[in-house]
Amino acid sequence: MTDHAAAADHAEAHEHAHPHIVPVRTYILVFLALMVGTAITVGASYVDFGHSYLNNLVALLIAFTKATLVVLFFMHVKYSSKVTQLAVGSGFAFLVILFFFTFADYLTRGWLGTPGS
Amino acid sequence: MQTEVVKGNEEAVPGNGLDRENYINAKHGIWSWLLTTDHKRIAILYLVSITLMFFMGGAFAAGVRLELMTPKGDLVDSDAYNKLFTMHGIVMVFFFLIPSIPAVLGNFLLPIMIGAKDLAFPKINLLSWYFYIVGVAVFLVACLFGGVETGWTFYTPYSTAFSHTNVILAALGIFIAGFSSILTGLNFIVTIHKMRAPGLTWFRLPLFVWAHYATSLIQILGTPVVAVTILMVAVERLLKLGLFDPALGGDPILFQHLFWFYSHPAVYIMILPGMGVMSELITAFTRKRVFGYEFIAISSLAIAVVGFLVWGHHMFVSGQSTYAGMVFSALSFLVAIPSAVKVFNWSATLYKGSVSWESPMMYAIGFIGLFTIGGLTGLFLAAMGLDIHMHDTYFVVAHFHYIMVGGAIFAYLGGIHFWWPKITGRLYPEYWARVAAVLVFAGFNLTFFPQFVVGYLGMPRRYHAYPEEFQVLNVLSTAGASLLGIAYLIPMVYLTWSLFAGKKAPANPWGAKGLEWTIQSPPTTFNFDHQPVVTEEAYAYAEGHDTSHDAAPPAAPVRA
Repeated sequence: MTDHAAAADHAEAHEHAHPHIVPVRTYILVFLALMVGTAITVGASYVDFGHSYLNNLVALLIAFTKATLVVLFFMHVKYSSKVTQLAVGSGFAFLVILFFFTFADYLTRGWLGTPGS
Repeated sequence: MQTEVVKGNEEAVPGNGLDRENYINAKHGIWSWLLTTDHKRIAILYLVSITLMFFMGGAFAAGVRLELMTPKGDLVDSDAYNKLFTMHGIVMVFFFLIPSIPAVLGNFLLPIMIGAKDLAFPKINLLSWYFYIVGVAVFLVACLFGGVETGWTFYTPYSTAFSHTNVILAALGIFIAGFSSILTGLNFIVTIHKMRAPGLTWFRLPLFVWAHYATSLIQILGTPVVAVTILMVAVERLLKLGLFDPALGGDPILFQHLFWFYSHPAVYIMILPGMGVMSELITAFTRKRVFGYEFIAISSLAIAVVGFLVWGHHMFVSGQSTYAGMVFSALSFLVAIPSAVKVFNWSATLYKGSVSWESPMMYAIGFIGLFTIGGLTGLFLAAMGLDIHMHDTYFVVAHFHYIMVGGAIFAYLGGIHFWWPKITGRLYPEYWARVAAVLVFAGFNLTFFPQFVVGYLGMPRRYHAYPEEFQVLNVLSTAGASLLGIAYLIPMVYLTWSLFAGKKAPANPWGAKGLEWTIQSPPTTFNFDHQPVVTEEAYAYAEGHDTSHDAAPPAAPVRA
C-alpha cells in the first residue's frame, strides 16, 4: 500500500475514534426544511405549470433537494470520509442516469407520429 | 511440460497440503460447513449449489431442444413450452451465471490474490450464501406449484395482468437471491480497498481482481433497481395500482426501462469476471506479461460504466421513442471499444509467447473466438434498422448464448480447471479435460451457430412450433445440444474422480504467477502463514524462462 493510502486509512481510523457530533439544532432545522419542502410539494401540485412534465419536474426537484438534505445531515454523509461520499455520490449519479434516459424517452416519444394513425 | 507435472510423485509433492492442515480438514462435520465464515469453504458451498442449478437449467433447455426437433408442437403443449424456456432462463441467469465466477472463483481467490486472510466481512459472506439458498428454495416452490411462463424478463402487461402462473413467487425468489449478489459485491469492494497486502498497489493487482471490482460496482448499483422493479410487478398484480397499466395512467414500457437498467448491466456481471479469468489464463499459458495491463484494467471499469447507458437497445421495437433509440444505439456501439481492447490485448499477449495447450488454455482460446462472434453480432442488433428484422428471432438467442455460454461458461470452466489443483489439492486427468474442452466447443457451436441462420431467416424465439423449412437447422441445433450436454457431464465425472484418486498437486502446478500460487494446495484456513509483501507487478514472468518446474515463482516475496 502506498504511503498515501496508509495516511488515508489512518485518517479514517482517527475519524472512527472521534465521531462528529452534530448539534440538535441542525437536526431540527433540517427537519423543518423537510416539512416546508413537503408543504411546497403539496402546494405545487395544485398549480398547473402548463405541461404535465413541468409539474413532474418541479415535484422531482423538491424531492431531490429533500433527499439531499436527508443524505447529508441525517445520514451523516457531510461528515463522512471521501470514500463514503464517493460511494453515495455514485449511487445518486446512477439514479440520475436511470431518470435521465427514461424521461428522454417520454419527452421525445410523441415527436414522430405513429405510422398508420 | 504439463504431462511431467501430472505424472508427479505421489508420496512427497512439495507444496501439497493434503497431509497437513488445510481449510478442508481444519474442521469436520456438516455444521463446520454450514456455519463457516471461511471464504474458501463458502466458495465450495456456492460451487455445489450453482452446479445443481446449472444441471436443473440444463434439463429445462433439453426439454426446449427436444420439442424443437420437429416443426409441430408435439412433445409438450405451448403452455408447458413457455414454462420450459422461462425457467431455463431464470435458473441460468439468476441462479447460475450471476453467482458463477464471482461467488465461486471470486470468493475463493480474491482474498488470496491480494494477500488477505479472508474477505472484509466473513459473516456477511456466509449470509450472502443463505440469501442465495432461500432465493433458490422460494423459486423451487414456485416450480412445484406449476412454474412460471412469462419469460425470464417478466414483461408487463402479460406478467401483471394476464399470466395465471406463479409470477409473484418466482419473482420473490429472484428478489431474495439479489441480496446475495449485492452483499458479495459490497464485500469485494471493501476488501479490495482495505485489505491489499503491503506493496500491492492498484496497478499491481491481478486483472482478475480489477474485473471483480468492476463487477461489484454493477452488482451494488444495479441490483437494487431490479429488486424494486420486481416488487412493483408483485404489487401491481396484487393491488392493481396501475403502475404499468395505461388505463390507469401507467406505462408497460416503464417496466422495460427499469428492468433493463439492471438486466443489461447484468450481462456484464456475467461476462466481466470471465474476462478477469481470461487475463489470468492467457498470461499463465503464454508465460508472458500481459499486453497493455492498464488498458485491460481500465476497460473493465469502462464496460461497467458504459454498460449502464445502453439498456434501451432491448427496446427498439417496444414503442420507445425513436430518438431515445438512436441515442441508445450509438451508446451501444461504444461498448464495443473496451471489449475490443481486451480481445486485442489478449491476442497481442499470445504473440511471441511461450504458448502451451493445457485444457484451461483451450477454454481461453475458445473464449476469444466465441466472445468475438457474440460481441460482433451484438453490434448487428444494436443497429436500429437491422434490429427491426432480427428482434425476437433466434438470431438474438444465438447472439446472447455466444456471450453467456461461449463467453461466461467457457471462462468459468477454464477457471475451474485452472484453479482446481489449488482448490482441491488434486490434479485432474489432463487427457480427459482436453477431450471435454474440444467436445464443449464443438457441441456449443453446433447448437448455436445454426440459430444465427434460422433467426436471420425469420424464425421467432419462444414458439414451440415452426414452419417445416426450418427443421434441418433445428435438428442440427438439437444434435449439438445433446453433444454439449454430454460434454458438460465429462468434467463432472473426472473432477469428482480426481477428488478421491487424482494425483496430489504441488503449490504451483502451472508455473504461474500470483500470490495464490505461492501457498500450499489446498490453502490453510488463513491462507498465509506470514503477511506477504508484494515487490513486483502482476504477471512478472521472466520472459523466455520456463517457470513450470519452479516450486514457487522465483521472485515470490514470502513462501507460506
